[in-house]
Amino acid sequence: MSILVNKNTRVITQGITGKTGQFHTRMCREYANGMNCFVAGVNPKKAGEDFEGIKIYGTVKEAKAATGATVSVIYVPPPFAAAAIDEAVDADLDLVVCITEGIPVRDMIRTRYRMQGKPTMLLGPNCPGVITPDEIKIGIMPGHIHRKGAVGVVSRSGTLTYEAVGQLSDLGLGQSTAVGIGGDPVNGLKHVDVLKLFNDDPNTSAVVMIGEIGGSDEETAAEWVKTNMRKPVVGFIAGVTAPPGKRMGHAGAIISGGKGTAQEKLAIMDACGIKVTRNPAEMGKLLRSVL
Amino acid sequence: MKIHEYQGKEIFRKYGMPTPRGIPAFTVDEAVRAAKQLGGSVWVVKAQIHAGGRGKGGGVKVAKSLDEVRQRASDILGMQLVTPQTGPGGQKVKRLLIEEGADIKKELYVGMVVDRGTQRVVLMASSEGGIDIEEVAAKTPEKIHKVFIDPATGLTGADAEGIARKIGIPESSVTQGREVLQGLYRAFDGTDASLAEINPLVVTGDGKVLALDAKLNFDSNALFRHPEIVAMRDLDEEDPAEIEASKFDLSYISLDGNIGCLVNGAGLAMATMDVIKLYGGEPANFLDVGGGATAEKVTEAFKIMLRNPKLKAILVNIFGGIMKCDTIAEGIVAASKAVSLEVPLVVRMKGTNEDLGRKILADSGLPIIAAIDMADAAEKVVAATTGQ
Repeated sequence: MSILVNKNTRVITQGITGKTGQFHTRMCREYANGMNCFVAGVNPKKAGEDFEGIKIYGTVKEAKAATGATVSVIYVPPPFAAAAIDEAVDADLDLVVCITEGIPVRDMIRTRYRMQGKPTMLLGPNCPGVITPDEIKIGIMPGHIHRKGAVGVVSRSGTLTYEAVGQLSDLGLGQSTAVGIGGDPVNGLKHVDVLKLFNDDPNTSAVVMIGEIGGSDEETAAEWVKTNMRKPVVGFIAGVTAPPGKRMGHAGAIISGGKGTAQEKLAIMDACGIKVTRNPAEMGKLLRSVL
Repeated sequence: MKIHEYQGKEIFRKYGMPTPRGIPAFTVDEAVRAAKQLGGSVWVVKAQIHAGGRGKGGGVKVAKSLDEVRQRASDILGMQLVTPQTGPGGQKVKRLLIEEGADIKKELYVGMVVDRGTQRVVLMASSEGGIDIEEVAAKTPEKIHKVFIDPATGLTGADAEGIARKIGIPESSVTQGREVLQGLYRAFDGTDASLAEINPLVVTGDGKVLALDAKLNFDSNALFRHPEIVAMRDLDEEDPAEIEASKFDLSYISLDGNIGCLVNGAGLAMATMDVIKLYGGEPANFLDVGGGATAEKVTEAFKIMLRNPKLKAILVNIFGGIMKCDTIAEGIVAASKAVSLEVPLVVRMKGTNEDLGRKILADSGLPIIAAIDMADAAEKVVAATTGQ
């Protein structure tokens, strides 16, 4: 078992004809059951063509109707990416994974507004994607560092997720599913949403939650964990040393108005029963200590 | 991206929001000419720097004659203005705004940001303007009124009037208040702003509602559709190292410490700074080389870090995913040779082709200190800076 995606998931790639989309589609197909999972691409100008055997459709709706796919992954460039999400939502997909970095916040506000009351879930934007080891990889993470297992991973950042996964795998601790929710201020699934899914997944026995400065998603998740989570959660927050008012790479990683500091987040997580570490080299060991 | 107050007011006026009449000036003579052109008998000479808290630092002065305008302008222009937001070094004043004086009866606060929780733009307003709004928020949160704006309708007339009344705009001026608040939302939305603040918004003796200040920040991801805002960028206000880095698509931020960091990924870069601090060191910078680093980018990153006179050591922390460790290793070797590296260099590499990467570094003959994990790397780089 796993959350969100497994070897039976069928995926549409939006932006399959661009350089990034092509490269990562190849890597995703090479991973585990990828050859069977990635069944369609979308590009209105190239409908009817194919990319290395993957048929290209004019719209997401057509791709879904023809293949039965329920998930899409988006590599479309930033100015057009929010519209690509809208299209996937309008096609009533179950899950949209938006890898694209640099989408204007205003576009995402409108897109998230349109999504209200719709069944579609969104991961990202500006995220590495989601992987269920040995089954399916949707996104840009290096597949080979993952091992199949029972630890759930949820994170706002890309390479820091790889770091956590690498530490877990080195300790012989495999992952049920690793989820990147993205580093943007206006995004889809939050830490708390993913924790709820892990809580209900019989094959996840513990969770690593990685956050960073800015916003209050980690605090919200911690409050939820306190009263609802039946499995141990460990955490790390990046940005203890970040100065206020400076944007640390991610559009969402900024301490503003004295809010969103790493210290504040760590304190609340700790108070809510999440074991935290201030040492990013210790994330794997900390998780092992709670099993 | 940030802009100056006078530029913010130009945008405000474009969206129909009233501001005092004012003219920017780059020299003392221009300042006096501006005052003459504005007419009247009271002017305000305002330092134009991007940091806030200018009044507290002595960067905003009232003048009651043209001689006083000249005096104030020559005092402020060229000064190293220190405010709570500039850091101890301050920021050199190169531009002024000369404005007509306003007869202030009430000072109010109005701000807009994107609220991450509701995923909407939030209007925040308070009757307590002109002072530190964060203090108001902390001590008397009931004095801050908020409206979460529906992106489909924008800020409605009813909501805008409601807020105008709550913050104490007199009944006879509520219509003006509504227009200012709705104008601010249209400006925020229309320019892809990430922050807008009017502190203070004032009510004058004759009942006019005026934006006495203007602070606007913009979403850098949306600048591609706003060339008119990009044209307002003032490079004098930005860190030269950060400007240089942005040319190579590197995300760099200067910090106060002496250990340079070169990392791939923003989260890992922050975590690397944190682990350095945890082991008793101080990071000199945040530097994310991104996912597609090439040997050229790594070389440029080294050059930028090495321009910092405080730099005592460099820590490279790479988690190779799509980016292979051997590619980065080749970049490091090329960069070390190109810049004749004289500070200790600690490298930690993990992920795709890590063994190959380590071998390239070892075979290079360069005095590179290899580390096995982040903690080991931090310990070694801190030791290197303290000469141990």
